[in-house]
Amino acid sequence: MIQDTYIKVGMADLNVTGAGGVLKTTGLGSCVGLTLYDSLNKIAGMAHIMLPSSDISRDESLNPAKYADTAVPELLARMERIGARIRSLEAKMAGGAQMFAFASQNETMRIGPRNVEACKEILKRLNIPLIAEDTGSNYGRTIEFYSETGLLLVRSVQHGVKEL
Amino acid sequence: MASRKLFAELQLDALREVGNIGAGHAATALSRLLNKPIDMKVPSVDMVPFEEISEKVGGPEEVVIAIFLRVEGDATGNMFFILDQTSARSILRRLVGLEWSGEDEWTEMEWSALHEIGNILAGSYLSSLADLTGLHLTPSVPGLAFDMAGAILSYGILQFGVMGDHALLIETAFLEEREDIGGFCFFIPDPDSFEKLFQALGVPV
Repeated sequence: MIQDTYIKVGMADLNVTGAGGVLKTTGLGSCVGLTLYDSLNKIAGMAHIMLPSSDISRDESLNPAKYADTAVPELLARMERIGARIRSLEAKMAGGAQMFAFASQNETMRIGPRNVEACKEILKRLNIPLIAEDTGSNYGRTIEFYSETGLLLVRSVQHGVKEL
Repeated sequence: MASRKLFAELQLDALREVGNIGAGHAATALSRLLNKPIDMKVPSVDMVPFEEISEKVGGPEEVVIAIFLRVEGDATGNMFFILDQTSARSILRRLVGLEWSGEDEWTEMEWSALHEIGNILAGSYLSSLADLTGLHLTPSVPGLAFDMAGAILSYGILQFGVMGDHALLIETAFLEEREDIGGFCFFIPDPDSFEKLFQALGVPV
């Protein structure tokens, strides 16, 4: 058996793979790990999204992978370039936790749920069905996405391993 | 502000002093609580790439205990005390005589004691910083987590997310000589707070 090739996706980063590669991102807290999969061509993509909208960016050179509204179109474009068909894509996602549960006026405290909402909105706008998710609550997650099968593995300290 | 704003040497010195005084008081408080000398490393101050912040405590998947506080008032920011599991158990045993059952789970009693320790350490860090700067700084109620370092620390750098891929980290490690207690203290002032901090410290902006 050929050993899986792991491809790291960093924070505010995205990547695509075919040919049996496995995409992996570690330590998702309020960030969302969003995956897209073309099962026909076995092409997978993953983005580690940090913030809901690029409207708030004060960055000189915008990193599209960082924001939900820019990461998903960028991921689509990258997947298309290696042969994925947009119409056959399905999405999954994990993360978007609220790591610390205390009330505060600060809106960034609610960033996890807002990231999840923003991802759903952009998927809807692009007509990509969201077929599975493990989001919210108050714990961190590490995810692995298998391009061979489209399986999304979600690992956490408190709740073991889930398959999506 | 540029995404990778370079601070002048004088400004970095001032921030290092913030770390020195704040963490110094926190270490003293811990030392009094445990009735043991606690050593502190020279604080480091740097613009650190997001990816590397959790490397400081063993990597994004390293399981740690974190006490988190939002700093409110004149100069806002985020503060973390990070302990590994052994250190946290050891502090609990010596401070309140709680023996570890060997289970990975934390009891309500242990959890509330850790909350209180976080409160005391952060309180002493912040009050010394407020004295130094004359700024009004108050900590929120501490939040506690036992989870992956990456998931925890990413929370503290969101304010920097809109400006770039680096965050300014004032980091101090403290440890007890020959014993099994060690930890980190991270203070991450919000980008909007630098000007106020520098002004209060008398450093040219």
